[in-house]
Amino acid sequence: MNAFSELDVAGGGTTTALPGKSAVTLTINGKETRLEVAPWTTLLDLLREYLDLTGTKKGCDHGQCGSCTVLVDGKRVNSCLTLAIMKDGCEITTIEGLAGPDGALHPMQQAFVDCDAFQCGYCTPGQICSAVGMIREGHAHSDDEIREQMSGNLCRCGAYPNILDAIKQAYAATEKQAA
Amino acid sequence: MINFSYSRAGSVAEAVGAKGKADGAGRFIAGGTNLVDLLKENVERPCAVIDISRLPLKTIEEAPDGGLRLGALATNADTAYHPEVQRRYPALSRAILAGASAQLRNMATNGGNLLQRTRCYYFYDVALPCNKRQPGSGCPAIKGQNRVCGVLGTSDDCIATHPSDMCIALAALEAAVRVSGPRGERTIPFAEFHTLPGHTPDIENTLAPDEIITAIDLPPSPYAGHSVYTKVRDRASYAFALVSVAALLDLDGDTIKSARVALGGVAHKPWRLPEAEALLTGKTATKENFLPVAQALFAGAHGYEHNFFKIELGKRAVVRALQLAARGTAAIKGVNGQTADA
Repeated sequence: MNAFSELDVAGGGTTTALPGKSAVTLTINGKETRLEVAPWTTLLDLLREYLDLTGTKKGCDHGQCGSCTVLVDGKRVNSCLTLAIMKDGCEITTIEGLAGPDGALHPMQQAFVDCDAFQCGYCTPGQICSAVGMIREGHAHSDDEIREQMSGNLCRCGAYPNILDAIKQAYAATEKQAA
Repeated sequence: MINFSYSRAGSVAEAVGAKGKADGAGRFIAGGTNLVDLLKENVERPCAVIDISRLPLKTIEEAPDGGLRLGALATNADTAYHPEVQRRYPALSRAILAGASAQLRNMATNGGNLLQRTRCYYFYDVALPCNKRQPGSGCPAIKGQNRVCGVLGTSDDCIATHPSDMCIALAALEAAVRVSGPRGERTIPFAEFHTLPGHTPDIENTLAPDEIITAIDLPPSPYAGHSVYTKVRDRASYAFALVSVAALLDLDGDTIKSARVALGGVAHKPWRLPEAEALLTGKTATKENFLPVAQALFAGAHGYEHNFFKIELGKRAVVRALQLAARGTAAIKGVNGQTADA
C-alpha cells in the first residue's frame, strides 16, 4: 500500500468528499519538520517516502517483526502501526538520529559493530532503536529479561546471541557512564 | 487502506458526539495497534477516524471503594509496571506483560485492549467469508484452519476467540468497565462486557456504538499473595495464547477461602465458571482438589479438527496454574509463569 495512493477509495465506505491533507509538526532527530500528510499515512511511510529517512525499515508492515521500531518521545513503538498525523508535536528518533553530531556512533551502534550483531542488517535499525528504548525503560537486568524484552524484534538471520552480547556491552557502557 | 477523515477529540463529550455523528462508520483510535492493522487489511473501512489519544484518561488512581481505577488511555506498559498494579494485582501485571511485544505495549491502551478483535485467520482474510466481518457469509473456520479457535461457548456461526491476555486477568479480578455516552455514564461488570458469538458474532461486547470506555475499576482484592497468569503458546514470547489461565487464591493456611479461575484462548470472551470456582471453597490447595475444577470448566467443551488438544491442554493448564497460585505470587518469576525452582 503506497502512502500516496490517495485515489484508492473505490468500493470503500460511504465517503463522498476525499479527505485532504493536514499539517503536522514533528521534531525528527532534533530537527523540527513541518509536513502535510494524509490521515492514513503511517509514520513509517512518512519517514521513508517523504523524508528519505530509509534507515527505518519496512518488514512485515503489520507490527509483527519490529524492523520499523523508532522512538516517539523516547519510547519505542512500531512506526508501521502509527498514524503520523496522531504524533503532531512529538519528538521522533530514528536510527539516523542516534549518532552524535560529530558522527560518533551511539554506544548501542558501536556495540552491534563490535559484537558482529547482524548478518544481512535489515532488522538492525529496529533492533538498535528497540534496545535503546529498552535500556531507557530499565528492563535489561538479565539475559532472560533482555530476550523477553526484545521479543518484538525478529532477526531472520538468527543473530540473536550476538545481539544479546551487544546489548549487554552497551548497557554496561551506559551504566559506567552514569556511575 | 481506504481513505477516511480524521478528527482529534478535545473532550469525552466531543468524542462521543463525533462517533454518534458518524453513524456506525466512525472508529475511535488511540494506540492504533489493532485498528491500523485492520485498516491495512481492509477489514475495517471507516469513513471517520476519531483520535481520542489526547483525552485526559491516562491516570491510574485510587478508586473510592479502596480499589484501583485504570484510565482507559493509560498504556498497557504503564499499567503493567505501575507499582500499585504490581503489588495489589500481580496477575494483571503479568498477564499484560505476557502479551504482545514491548513496542506494542508502549502503544496499546487499556480501553483498546478490551476492544481488540479476534486473530482468527478468516476474520483477517477479506477474500473469504466470515460471519463476524460480514454477517451471513459463513464461517470457514468451523471446517478449516481452526487450531487457534475456541472450544467453549462457540456457535454454528462463529468459533473465534478473544485474543487478550489482560482481559483474562480482569475477568478473574471481577473488574468493572466504566463507559460514557449520550445517555450518561454507566458501569458494566466485566462478566457482562464481552459476549458469546451466538447468531451475531459481529457483536462482541455490550458497549453501545456511541459509548466510550473511560476507565476500568479494579475492586479491592484479597488474592495478591496467590495470583498467577499462565500462558501456553507456540513460542516463549510474542505469541497469542493457545490456552491461558488466570488463577487467584485466597488462602487461610492450606485452606482455600475463595478462588477465581479465568481462561483465555478458548472462547469468544474470557471464560469463567463461578460454580467451578466454588468447588474449591473450604478445600485444601491440592492437585486432587484442583482436578475437578478443571473438569468442570471444560465439561461443555467442543473441539474442532485442529484444536481438540486445547481441551486436555486447558485442563492441565488450570491445575498447573492453581498449583502455582498455591505456592504464592512471590515464588513465581518471569512473565511466563515459570517457578523459581522449576
